[in-house]
Amino acid sequence: MLPNTKEIVVENLLAEVGAIVPQGYRFVTMTCVDVGEQFDIIYHFDKNYNLYNLRLKLAKGGSLPSISPIFFAALLVENEIKDLFGVNVTGLAIDYEGRFLLSEGAPVAPQSKPCTPGVGMQVQQKKLEGN
Amino acid sequence: MSRKSIVPFGPQHPVFPEPLQLRLVMEDEKVIEALPAIGYVHRGLEKLVEKKDFLQIAFLVERICGICSFIHAQTYCQGIEDLMKIDVPPRAKYLRVIWGEVHRIHSHLLWLGLLADSFGFENYFMQAWRTREAILDIMERTAGGRVMLGTCCVGGVRKDINEQMLGEVLRTLDKVQKDLDNIIVGVTKDYSVRQRTVGVGKVTAEQAQTLGAVGPVAKATGIARDHRTTGYAAYGELGFEPITETAGDCYARTIVRVRELSQSIDLVRKAIKNIPSGPIFTAVKGNPEGETISRAEQPRGEVFYYIKANGTKNLERLRVRTPTFANIPILLMMLPGCDLSDVPVITLSIDPCISCTER
Repeated sequence: MLPNTKEIVVENLLAEVGAIVPQGYRFVTMTCVDVGEQFDIIYHFDKNYNLYNLRLKLAKGGSLPSISPIFFAALLVENEIKDLFGVNVTGLAIDYEGRFLLSEGAPVAPQSKPCTPGVGMQVQQKKLEGN
Repeated sequence: MSRKSIVPFGPQHPVFPEPLQLRLVMEDEKVIEALPAIGYVHRGLEKLVEKKDFLQIAFLVERICGICSFIHAQTYCQGIEDLMKIDVPPRAKYLRVIWGEVHRIHSHLLWLGLLADSFGFENYFMQAWRTREAILDIMERTAGGRVMLGTCCVGGVRKDINEQMLGEVLRTLDKVQKDLDNIIVGVTKDYSVRQRTVGVGKVTAEQAQTLGAVGPVAKATGIARDHRTTGYAAYGELGFEPITETAGDCYARTIVRVRELSQSIDLVRKAIKNIPSGPIFTAVKGNPEGETISRAEQPRGEVFYYIKANGTKNLERLRVRTPTFANIPILLMMLPGCDLSDVPVITLSIDPCISCTER
């Protein structure tokens, strides 16, 4: 368990993040961990070298509201999580629609478990066959 | 009448050392909006932790970046050592500082050359890279590799540096310091350098804080944030103070890095003077369990490692947030309003490392 961590629910996410802003925290990053049936989403903030974390559980297939309207810097990592884990992040300030790190034909949600190796290759193969 | 157009800047561009695309919305010669597009060198290294032994990951994370590779390994090892409650021998901590600071010097010199190249100052580029060669020689002679050192491991370091070699490092640094004195004059006095950097790509401390900027980008706005202040490795015993400037423009970012070059040389000298004798490695028993966060100061700023382990030899999750990733949002704030000809200089002023960013 990470120190200085508050467990929250997805419904309260924006209110909790909004409450952090006036306290002078800096957005550091987000971490997504696939723990089987759900994702562990952790938001990391820093003030004077001390980290403060917000942690929530997100059921697979559920939607995660973007915090980029509050912390613009979050938009890149949110797009990354959308690409690599297939998390449906809604309300992004800039939405790359799953093409931030991955290109067309790449494996779908490659860091989500169980990952399906070679999915992208199969898709590409089908496209080639179709042509 | 002005006309809007979109210029795809990169991914292959003469001034970019790595593939990065900026989609620039232009109004005549002025940039009014910039959108980054990355993904050209994404390798999925974080996923590999599920397949590799946690001890091997120290060498894997060095491959995230070809410029600050040692500090990646150091940050990872510090995280695992925290999880496993391993006491690293004092000598190993000093050796980590020496290699880490030598890496910072080589990274800043590489960057300085690239910046000079971005505005066509070829002599300055060659001068910076010639000086950097002496630093690469130090790494080769002390570790065996010119960039990938492979010396940092969980529990300490794998190689010691003997007294004779430490003396040679000091003599080489004396020569490098003389070269730096000339380089600094070039930055502070040269008309072309000032013309291309002063007042260009300006951001405020408030913007840097709001957008989560790190490293020299934040320090150039007056934010004295540097993780070496927390005293990790042996920094707590070396009297470290962050270098800051206040203008927030490309020139201030250049000055911060140039002053950091001399500061790193001083830190290496102090570390060599005070390095204790003793073992360099603590044996590692068992596997890590639990989760932790490890942070350190790379040449480009704070690097962040989240590590989750489940008691087996394979980690459950490794998440790396590199400094360039944190500095892209502020880059998007610097570009609007600038001329197209300033885009390379502004982009290079954050010292972008795309291999780091994409992992």
